[in-house]
Amino acid sequence: MKAVRQVGIIKTISSYAVPTIFLIVLCLGALKKVKVYDVFAEGAKEGIQTVVGIIPSLLGLMVAIGVFRASGALDILIYAAKPLASFFGIPSEVMPLAFLRPISGSASLALVSDIIKTYGPDSFAGRVASTMMGSTETIFYTLAVYFGAVGIKNFRYTLAAALLANFASVIVSVWICSVVFGR
Amino acid sequence: MLNYIWLGMLIIGFVTGIISGKLDEVTAAAIDSASQAVELSISLLGIMCLWTGLMGIAEKSGLVRYISRQFKPVLKFLFPEVPARHPAMGAVVMNLAANILGLGNAATPLGLKAMVELQKLNPKKNAATDAMCMFLVLNTSIIQLIPATVIAIRSACGSSNPPEVIIPVWIASALSTAVGILAVKLLACFD
Repeated sequence: MKAVRQVGIIKTISSYAVPTIFLIVLCLGALKKVKVYDVFAEGAKEGIQTVVGIIPSLLGLMVAIGVFRASGALDILIYAAKPLASFFGIPSEVMPLAFLRPISGSASLALVSDIIKTYGPDSFAGRVASTMMGSTETIFYTLAVYFGAVGIKNFRYTLAAALLANFASVIVSVWICSVVFGR
Repeated sequence: MLNYIWLGMLIIGFVTGIISGKLDEVTAAAIDSASQAVELSISLLGIMCLWTGLMGIAEKSGLVRYISRQFKPVLKFLFPEVPARHPAMGAVVMNLAANILGLGNAATPLGLKAMVELQKLNPKKNAATDAMCMFLVLNTSIIQLIPATVIAIRSACGSSNPPEVIIPVWIASALSTAVGILAVKLLACFD
């Protein structure tokens, strides 16, 4: 019963978020005598330019990821990294997720659902997978879209730093789940 | 650098596909991904315009400046080369806030706006600035208050306590963000 109520509260908070933001912004705009509709349309125009600008780089990256995954090359990479995973105590069930998560959001979401269904949501693998999914982001997509939008070609050290942070979250997820829930 | 990663992924992908006999799968993946990218962009278009439009109002009314002023000390540490009153800081704060609140479809438009503003401060237009690196690392590692998707999956699969992973998620995100910030600050010195 407690769990059901918690889910209910979370759902309520999420449902209120967007309408509240709209109301605050619109009321404050009206209060400060902003020409709300004109300013909105102007901002929306900016949005169109940005989205059209990201299509080429997004397309290029998604094709590369799609080919890399469909060919089985990703599976080989995951297999090759198994010894490394056991060295860091990462359960073999969630190992593919650690690799897929920075690369593709939709694919890792499917994988998390699969892990949770197969091993159960309250198993160690299920909890680690949930924690990893909640604490990491799809790095490649974000970098391609954000840098692509403004025409940055040289990412410098961004990928290295983002992957390092991602790796930290994988290690911490395994560690914190074994501390909080036990293996 | 991305040139090599992109080239490597495609060549390794196609060669592996040929060796393992997955020729049709690889071909289908290439074509499907290309059309998916365009579909994704088109579906993003509406949400993007909605949020950048609303963001315009928030900016004009002074709300964005007010919010970014509240985070001034933190922003000064994270983005020392960006002037505190620059619009980029407002967009950065709004994007990180949307990420924390889990408003995925608001986060991307606000983040792209932040990049456009940061690019205005960039002397070398095709290389990332330290501020951009910091922003993207924060963006990909920052804490998510309520990991709603994961909780929904856990609840659908019959977990006895679906939200029990929230605290572990906070700890994992916080530590990974700290590692990210440290990595950016250190790598910026050596770059």
